[in-house]
Amino acid sequence: MNLIVLIKQVPDMEKVKFDSEKGLVDRTSAGVEINPFDLNALEAAVNIGRSIESTITALTMGPPRGEESLKDAIARGADRGILLSDKLFGGADTKATSITLASAIMKMGNADIIFVGEKTVDGDTGQVGAEVAEFLNIAHISYVDEILEVTEEYIKVVSDILGGRFVKKAKYPVLISVTKNLNVPGIPTFKDKIKARKAEIPVWSLEDLKEYVKAEDVGLSGSPTKVKKIEVPKEITRKCKKEKENVEAFLDEIIAEIKKQKVLEA
Amino acid sequence: MKNFLIFAEQKNGIIHNVTYELIGKAKELLNNKAGEISVVILGDENMDLPELGYHGANKVYHIEGECFNKPDELLYKENIVPLVNEIKPETFLIGATSFGRSLAPRIAASLKTGLTADCTELKLDENGDLIQIRPAFSDNILAHIKTMTKPQMATIRYKEFNKAQRNEKLYAEIIKIKAYKTTNNLLEILEEIESREFDISDAQVVVSAGKGFKNKEDLSLVYELASLIGGEVGASRKIVDEGYIGKGHQIGYSGNRVKAKIYIACGISGAPQHLAGMKESDIIIAINSDPSAPIFNVADYGIVGDVYKVIPMFIEKLKNS
Repeated sequence: MNLIVLIKQVPDMEKVKFDSEKGLVDRTSAGVEINPFDLNALEAAVNIGRSIESTITALTMGPPRGEESLKDAIARGADRGILLSDKLFGGADTKATSITLASAIMKMGNADIIFVGEKTVDGDTGQVGAEVAEFLNIAHISYVDEILEVTEEYIKVVSDILGGRFVKKAKYPVLISVTKNLNVPGIPTFKDKIKARKAEIPVWSLEDLKEYVKAEDVGLSGSPTKVKKIEVPKEITRKCKKEKENVEAFLDEIIAEIKKQKVLEA
Repeated sequence: MKNFLIFAEQKNGIIHNVTYELIGKAKELLNNKAGEISVVILGDENMDLPELGYHGANKVYHIEGECFNKPDELLYKENIVPLVNEIKPETFLIGATSFGRSLAPRIAASLKTGLTADCTELKLDENGDLIQIRPAFSDNILAHIKTMTKPQMATIRYKEFNKAQRNEKLYAEIIKIKAYKTTNNLLEILEEIESREFDISDAQVVVSAGKGFKNKEDLSLVYELASLIGGEVGASRKIVDEGYIGKGHQIGYSGNRVKAKIYIACGISGAPQHLAGMKESDIIIAINSDPSAPIFNVADYGIVGDVYKVIPMFIEKLKNS
């Protein structure tokens, strides 16, 4: 089967600095990594590959250094990586990103399952998966936290949605968006990392996708949403009263506060 | 003239509360100027549609069909898109519930319009254009976004806006529409294997448990504390993964978000993932044996101590007070 995993290279969120005075995001001190949610998507594909013969392709759009993340994906079990990189792809919102990814999937042809993570930790929208599915005119299943059955013809999963858990079954091609609860991503071995380092990563530009997408639909020009301003909100200030010794008296104070909030109706 | 379209999510005929919050916001943005608030709802006969009117909707488009009782994004999209093309709203708002988040991008992509995710505020700029404000970078920044195409689409987080006031003198014109499409050949929804009895994001008081608890049975302490103060029980991802409690209780960036009046974190260290789901609560109380646990940085009241000692004391005092 042809399994495609969409990944995004994101900054390491623990190291990004936010300046609330200037409203700036400083990524310079932070390294880059595969979006943590995407690792669960990759793991799902790798798991299927263990029982059904598959080719797993990791696909990303981004600047040239996105190649590192694709090599990381190969170390984690992908068979190959494809990088969509072109200055004209820059400044893309979710719509332009989705059209670009969808056109690359069309160019690859014969996709059976496309796996995506629930959202990214930087953009935080969770929209790209469903938009890609719509542009490809295929079904998608969101918030998948359990895979019940995979055969050469269909996949049966549990989707945690609409206040419940629903069993959904789809024929291929289908796009599956997974949650962190689906699996625990494996850690690549040193050997795998060395091997992945040698992998050749093809780079596709707009020119390579021109049969499938128009220049005005990608990058900044294809993005109807425009960021007008960035604000770094100040953290809510807290009392931060801490007590270790006199817990009894402190509890009395806390209970008095709870009562003040009038939630104790009895 | 500004025209709003609002998607009303329903399950078993019960309309999600975020719908009334969206109507409230649309009314506020219209600010008595000319404009119309329409609601689109899909489902069978068994729904309280006048309620939408009581809250200020001018028109309710009811797309009829039993097939809409299942979360089938494709089928919903196929039926909503023709309506949007016909009534051409300027702004189309959808609640950022799990289903709303999954449905909205399909509709936006089909309409080839922009979509802003998970907004927490909507404003009009000096030209009267809609500005959508949303957190990004794991809630560390707020981006102000303008959409250049129509309809301007956005998903809006639950509990950010006040519900529209209810007035039984108000009414909406109810327009019945025969479903355009009722079958989906690409996907089958076989059954619902678990239905959540409650939505923890509705809770005013939440008592949450983390890995300070050594086994499932010990959570009885948390249940007792919660029942004494009329709260629901929440959990960190760690103990959900351990199987101590169901996923519906999970609070955090990849779980449910709560904005409680009172949030009590018991034996939770306060990983960023957990904080993202609860730090907007009014009063935060934390109990943890590690004095350097990050949860204390967001807590109003922090008790350094073992949950197994502090909670029984807490319970005792509540019973006697």
